[in-house]
Amino acid sequence: MKKTIITVIGKDTVGIIAKVCTYLAENNVNVLDISQTIVQDYFNMMMIADINAATKDFDVLSSELKAVGETIGVKIKMQHEDIFNCMHRI
Amino acid sequence: MINLYEVQETNKMIEESNLDVRTITMGISLLDCCDTDVDKVCDNIYRKITTYAKDLVSTGCDIENQFGIPIVNKRISVTPISLVGSSCCKTIEDYVKIAKTLDKAALEVGVNFLGGFSALVSKGMTPSDRLLIESIPQALACTERVCSSVNVGSTKTGIDMDAVKLLGEKVLETAELTKESDSLGCAKLVIFCNAPDDNPFMAGAFHGVTEGDAVINVGVSGPGVVKRALEKVRGEDFGTLCETIKKTAFKVTRVGQLVAQEASRRLNVPFGIIDLSLAPTPAIGDSVAEILEEIGLESVGAPGTTAALALLNDQVKKGGVMASSYVGGLSGAFIPVSEDQGMIDAVKAGALSLEKLEAMTCVCSVGLDMIAIPGDTKATTISGIIADEMAIGMINQKTTAVRLIPVIGKTVGDTVEFGGLLGYAPIMPVNSFGCDAFVNRGGRIPAPIHSFKN
Repeated sequence: MKKTIITVIGKDTVGIIAKVCTYLAENNVNVLDISQTIVQDYFNMMMIADINAATKDFDVLSSELKAVGETIGVKIKMQHEDIFNCMHRI
Repeated sequence: MINLYEVQETNKMIEESNLDVRTITMGISLLDCCDTDVDKVCDNIYRKITTYAKDLVSTGCDIENQFGIPIVNKRISVTPISLVGSSCCKTIEDYVKIAKTLDKAALEVGVNFLGGFSALVSKGMTPSDRLLIESIPQALACTERVCSSVNVGSTKTGIDMDAVKLLGEKVLETAELTKESDSLGCAKLVIFCNAPDDNPFMAGAFHGVTEGDAVINVGVSGPGVVKRALEKVRGEDFGTLCETIKKTAFKVTRVGQLVAQEASRRLNVPFGIIDLSLAPTPAIGDSVAEILEEIGLESVGAPGTTAALALLNDQVKKGGVMASSYVGGLSGAFIPVSEDQGMIDAVKAGALSLEKLEAMTCVCSVGLDMIAIPGDTKATTISGIIADEMAIGMINQKTTAVRLIPVIGKTVGDTVEFGGLLGYAPIMPVNSFGCDAFVNRGGRIPAPIHSFKN
């Protein structure tokens, strides 16, 4: 199963996780893992998600998520996990 | 499982340190396009390129979006045209016609450069090779995307000095024909010694005759990433320095390997090689010169520059080789002047001269690259510079190249603007003593001896 990594970076505010998760749920994306930290009011989150059963294509999800991020002032990026695996795992 | 720290490290490399895959280059063999009729050859070439590469750009963009890594260029290299056109090209105009066809095909599939308007003449020129070389100035002046290269020497064969002499003249002619755009034509012409068959980088890419029908070669980059990594080990000893460069080169190359495999799978074209190179761009922080300065030089060009570059080049290879299953192409640090802000600054400050650059090319790929010289430089002087650089490659069993731009109407003190990835450059002074009698001798320099190495 190909997994997808979603990263969210930006100034901390109420409801970031809710907003992102709502969007993912609406599109049938299953969240497998979430890790999150806040450094000096800066919100930093990574989600590992399974989009195999998603109702939309990768490219559509990616651009819509980006738009969701813009409405709450954070940067959302969606990438195949392979790029991280190749760089950090032999 | 991947953790937050690792994800952040990768994304910081991409967003803050200009990590990118510099090029996906599809090599296409045009040997089966030969015919005795030039129009037929042009038709065959156009059809083959636009069929094979029709999805190259869109596939590149898809990979870019899905992995979140910029792929700066999508390009094509083809079989050296002097071989493809040998039985149909009787005049310069015939070769120019093929160049125009290549340009049209490149435009159709959406690539920004297509390399392979080339001839391999390391021992001698066939009439077809000579005709192609004669046609280069016109071909480069009337096309936008076509790149040309000529291999004039090798360790095994020596140096074809007749070709070196001819190319000195052709470089000047190309400059003259493209003087309206600051002699930009010369930025698309590279003269090689020991040219590799599988180089994905322009302007010297061509699809060698030892290659298969089509192949995907990928050039990685990332000087900014190496620079950032080295900032963290300032003042540490050489062991730590080398270890840091190796680890960084490994990570950068793994991304290239991933992109190459994906592109190969999606396009259904075999994967050829990864070219492990540090290729700078004029963007701030994407400079090889800045890495050398981070290693400890006040400015690139200062004493110590050649040693620092030798070390950098070697560590990049050591780190990269393990990250990829097939390594090839030029593989090394590039030191183009106009495409590297640190190099431009060093030239302006008087720290870096043509002679120092020549010394630097002994220990890195590729050669005297993107150097603007006065437009009134003599053809024989250009040939002399080419001969020097070819000799370095021949004796040291490495690839060397020359891409000089004699800018017509400009001289030392002026600056020339090429735009985009080609950047801008101050005109550099050239040694004014002549070498006419040397260049005019004719014939070739014999191959060097391969034993008694010391």
